[in-house]
Amino acid sequence: MSSRDTMLKAIRKSQQEATPLPTLDQEWLTFEDPIDQFTKVLESVGGKCLQVSSRSEINDRLAEFPQFESANVRASTIEGLGLPTVSLDEIDDPHNVENVDFAVLTGEFVVAENGAVWVTDESLKHRVLHFIAQHLALVVSSKNVVNNMHEAYKRLSFGDRRFGTFISGPSKTADIEQSLVIGAHGPRSHVVFLVDDES
Amino acid sequence: MKHATAAAKFVANDERSHWHDKALWFVRSKRDRMVHSVPEWELLRETASAIKAHTMTHLADLLEQFEENATKLGVTVHWAKDAAEHNEIVHRLLSDHNVKKLVKSKSMLTEECHLNPYLEERGIEVTDTDLGEWLVQLRKEAPSHIVMPAIHIKKEEVGELFHRVLGTKEGASDPPYLAEAARTALRQKFMEADAGLTGVNFGIAETGGIVVCTNEGNADLGVSLPKLHIASMGVEKLIPKAEHLGVFLRLLARSATGQPITTYSSHFHGPRPDGEMHIILLDNGRSKLLASEEFHRSLNCIRCGACMNTCPVYRRSGGHSYGTTVPGPIGSILAPSRDAEEHSTLPYACSLCGSCSDVCPVKIDLHSQLLTWRHKIAAQGYVSLDKTVPMKFASAVFRRPWLYRLAGRVARNVVPWMPRFMLYNPLNVWGRKRELPEFPKESFQQAYARRNKTSGKGE
Repeated sequence: MSSRDTMLKAIRKSQQEATPLPTLDQEWLTFEDPIDQFTKVLESVGGKCLQVSSRSEINDRLAEFPQFESANVRASTIEGLGLPTVSLDEIDDPHNVENVDFAVLTGEFVVAENGAVWVTDESLKHRVLHFIAQHLALVVSSKNVVNNMHEAYKRLSFGDRRFGTFISGPSKTADIEQSLVIGAHGPRSHVVFLVDDES
Repeated sequence: MKHATAAAKFVANDERSHWHDKALWFVRSKRDRMVHSVPEWELLRETASAIKAHTMTHLADLLEQFEENATKLGVTVHWAKDAAEHNEIVHRLLSDHNVKKLVKSKSMLTEECHLNPYLEERGIEVTDTDLGEWLVQLRKEAPSHIVMPAIHIKKEEVGELFHRVLGTKEGASDPPYLAEAARTALRQKFMEADAGLTGVNFGIAETGGIVVCTNEGNADLGVSLPKLHIASMGVEKLIPKAEHLGVFLRLLARSATGQPITTYSSHFHGPRPDGEMHIILLDNGRSKLLASEEFHRSLNCIRCGACMNTCPVYRRSGGHSYGTTVPGPIGSILAPSRDAEEHSTLPYACSLCGSCSDVCPVKIDLHSQLLTWRHKIAAQGYVSLDKTVPMKFASAVFRRPWLYRLAGRVARNVVPWMPRFMLYNPLNVWGRKRELPEFPKESFQQAYARRNKTSGKGE
């Protein structure tokens, strides 16, 4: 018998009496001002949220960040934003985006309760950019805010071959004596732009 | 080795034992603050517990569903009945792809399988990329905690280690400086790796996807550069549907480190367009545990480590004193299920205070399972003489009221006069770290009789 069949047989034989699935239809936590909540939580985990009225404001706001100004290599997936110095579509090997100092990418929606942004590799050739860039800016419509993770999963479907992740703040570690260090392996800073006039 | 013997080494350094205790209590306090900000916390725990209970009673069907859906996404699913088979599969995959260098994110399952030495013996360079895991790897140690593997190491020791291995400044112990040195060194490892291996926090039966949670981003870096992604997953990591992640991701990081969510909660549904993805499903004793009426609930564990952070014994004795991959309360239930004789002292490394059960995000009745283990271990005769002899003696005394009264009288009148060397002799294990209380002049019965007489309310 294959290991698969051995395991399944053993598991089937070992299962205890069946119990039902609970309902997820509950009154979960919501917020009066979800954007305010998102902003506060994101700050508490080392990130920053800036609400802007339109995309055209973003380049000016980016210019206020010293890490953006001093970035030698910039990448962006949003036309007209982030003053890119490299064209991502021309890069075939993900190892070659290792030198990106500042990346401006798209987020689909944000979660108020935990400061997370849902991002995918749908329009991004190298998903590694989210994790390898020294600094990261995510651009999301301010309409796309959910209160909690239950609402988040109501928006998601996973039928296709695809990568997606919730990112909440910059990369961090506390593995040396529980002392928080921002910038473990991935981005050292993390800013989310919530844009008002997006369809 | 007995837990108490191993713990004695750790507590011999009083200062370190207290430092360790405080570090973990700090994490426990962060957890409390985070939990209190979620009004429906108890509802979440109950829901999580019920989802896991359902999963475990339908596990075989759900695993088949998971395999089918993962395969549709282009993933190759492997089945390993034990650690040896798991390691062989990993090695075969690596050989087939001519992999010389492997980067790993944190995986207690590969610790359980002792994968690193297995691969290293076969000429593969393995790098654990979670900073804490890397620290213990460089020190040739096992993790002492499942979420914070290097919680037992002081920053000065990290400084010495990095000075030796990475050439950082001698005597430097500043965490940001040391973490930066690790970042630079490990980025090199990420760039050079031929394959990435991750653990799995959750496997989703309904979609065939897996979720991996990290704060550092090391799992994502490790599997987004090379083309080969191997994910090692215990069969108990399954959940039925993606929507259930809403429950578990709200609980996991809050319970583990007091964060609202981990920095990265990555959902892998199939390989990258030009890559390959393999998921290895491991049994290694899990189906046996599933059959246990008393202990099957321990499979519901989502490995947050909250029971360790709160455990008064773990905090003071350190994770290595347990001698198992998973230490602390949950480890003390899992280990005897593998080998009750070898791990017979672990269920006694517990004050039965019940704090672990209170903080467990999936409501495992940890302390009652530990008590149940004690019954079983005693029934199987694995309890040492220093526990059984006093118990037999006490039992004999308590069964005979006359002997009980006599013993009490003798103790009250004789013990206070006995010299220390007789009382605190090597046979008195209890007295090693404790002082006897001051003995009363009269017994409770005597005091009670006198009280009734003086207050005139005798019955």
